Amino acid sequence: MSDVSAPARLMSDAETDTPARRLRKPPRLPTEESPLVRVSLIGLAVVLLLAFLLLPLVAVFTEAFRQGIDGFVEAVNDPDGIAAIKLTLLVAAISVPANLVFGVAAAWAIAKYEFRGKAFLITLIDLPFSVSPVVAGLVYVILYSTSHGVFGGYLQSHGLQIIFAVPGIVLATIFVTFPFIARELIPLMEEQGTTDEEAALSLGATGLRTFLTVTLPNVKWALLYGVLLCNARAMGEFGAVSVVSGHIRGLTNTMPLHVEILYNEYQFAASFAVASLLAALALVTLGLKSLLELRYADELAAGRRH
Amino acid sequence: MRTNSQPAAATEGFPMELDIRNIAKDFGGTAALHGVDLHVASGELVALLGPSGSGKTTLLRIIAGLEFPTRGQVFFGEIDASEKTVQERNVGFVFQHYALFKHMTVADNIAYGLRARPKARRPDEAEIARRVETLLDLVQLGGYGKRYPSQLSGGQRQRVALARALAIEPQVLLLDEPFGALDAKVRKELRRWLRELHDRTGHTTLFVTHDQEEALDLADRVVVMSNGQIEQVGTPEDIYDAPASPFVFDFIGEASRIPVTVKGGVPFIGDRAVSAGSGRRAPDGPATLYVRPENVLVRAGAAGEGIPATVATVHRSGSSRRLGVRIEGVDAVVEAIAPAEGLPLQVGASVAVGLRAPGVFATG
Repeated sequence: MSDVSAPARLMSDAETDTPARRLRKPPRLPTEESPLVRVSLIGLAVVLLLAFLLLPLVAVFTEAFRQGIDGFVEAVNDPDGIAAIKLTLLVAAISVPANLVFGVAAAWAIAKYEFRGKAFLITLIDLPFSVSPVVAGLVYVILYSTSHGVFGGYLQSHGLQIIFAVPGIVLATIFVTFPFIARELIPLMEEQGTTDEEAALSLGATGLRTFLTVTLPNVKWALLYGVLLCNARAMGEFGAVSVVSGHIRGLTNTMPLHVEILYNEYQFAASFAVASLLAALALVTLGLKSLLELRYADELAAGRRH
Repeated sequence: MRTNSQPAAATEGFPMELDIRNIAKDFGGTAALHGVDLHVASGELVALLGPSGSGKTTLLRIIAGLEFPTRGQVFFGEIDASEKTVQERNVGFVFQHYALFKHMTVADNIAYGLRARPKARRPDEAEIARRVETLLDLVQLGGYGKRYPSQLSGGQRQRVALARALAIEPQVLLLDEPFGALDAKVRKELRRWLRELHDRTGHTTLFVTHDQEEALDLADRVVVMSNGQIEQVGTPEDIYDAPASPFVFDFIGEASRIPVTVKGGVPFIGDRAVSAGSGRRAPDGPATLYVRPENVLVRAGAAGEGIPATVATVHRSGSSRRLGVRIEGVDAVVEAIAPAEGLPLQVGASVAVGLRAPGVFATG
């Protein structure tokens, strides 16, 4: 049908004597699929989204509020629960800024300079993405455990506790969330090149001033985006943290670990209440992320226009 | 940098003469510049002209201090600037794609260099605002201070970049392909405007271009570069009328080539001697004669004075005709320009050809 009507339209445009014939149905674009294919593909996607994403999310909140607001507050407002929330916030508050510094430094080095081993550094930054978090946790145990770690003797003699303590949890979290900020910045900084920095330097600005007034503002939205993702992962990390934490209630339990413990103890309502907090965090992150993406896309487009 | 012991010409903001001595630059084994020497007088407007890869941008960046030479020195007046950083050199650099800070307004862009100064030399905000206004007026963008670069046209961005570079009262103004990213009409307007601006402000200015028309039209002197070397330095007239090398002949304007033999300093086409003008002499042996189309004089009839030839092609182009003339005895077709009316020139007609201002260079 379409392959007949498309030339017909061309013809009617070309023949200026006869009035252009209106097509009964606009022909389908070459890149469009037939309605049947479209409906079934979209339908499949919607069903999958509902079954695997939206339904569980609804379930979490339903379970959390099964015993009403009071039940929810009671479940969360338990000393161990409060401790878990505090610990999670503390871990995020240390590891996100740490990765912010590492990520910016790494992206800056990779995007703006040429040096030996650059490809290796990029691979290294991606390592946490490819390694199972459990392995990451185990590595820290092997290195820093006071009983059988490589540096165990030294740590023991200096009274330093890393594994089964907050430092270990922070280390594991930093490891797992390392790529988020660097990965977000590298492509953008590479695209931007060094001309803006050269312009600032040629106008007499110092290196630091150039970095603060030109380099950072040029990547601020990408940076925020990376921080957001990094934070979400830092708060939600389970595997690596589980290995190094030791699950000491009220001391080394983060929110995800606390959820698991409550669940294993058949305290479903409490478990889902804490889980719903994590889910809420995810929703807020997604919302902010979408907002940034709108803004960030503009910035990127502006970058290309220059 | 402003010290009392320096002569007046060495203080910042004053036009400055520029001396480039034996500058060479290697990039990881490949040479981008081989020992370039160049003197630029105070207040001069000089074009660095060459094809891409000729080293012209590298030279400009070395002068600015954005790149450091493998050897050689750069003098700003009496002062050796070779060891100075880009910040200390106080040059105004306009980048090819302007490199405006897109998160800042036009006014903030222009004020950037003033605000970046150490406290002792930094004007107060009121003074900065005043200078920004003056510069905006200078580049004919009064009232545009609050806009962002993305809200400006290409030509306007270019002028903001220029104002930003001028704000730091530079000793030297360097422009990298200043009109490269603009469309033809805007380019011509801006070219004229830049010339006027230069005549008013008098900055020693170097600009890089690959467009010969731009260089010949705008500059006091043109530096033709190829393969990391300077081929010729001269006024636009010198460069066009008396090219110093085959490269310049080919790169600037148009030229036809005729194989010749030089005997005793005189070039011969076949066994006919040609006047080689007063230019440089090629050594005896096989050589190539270069001549511009407008310098090829074609007379009808083989009997006349000149080199016998036949018309090979005729093209009408606007008010004139372009001829391809085959020189007898050698395998060469020479381009010539003839008036549209007048000479009865058809393909195959016998003519006599005279060559004005040819250049003869040893072949090889």
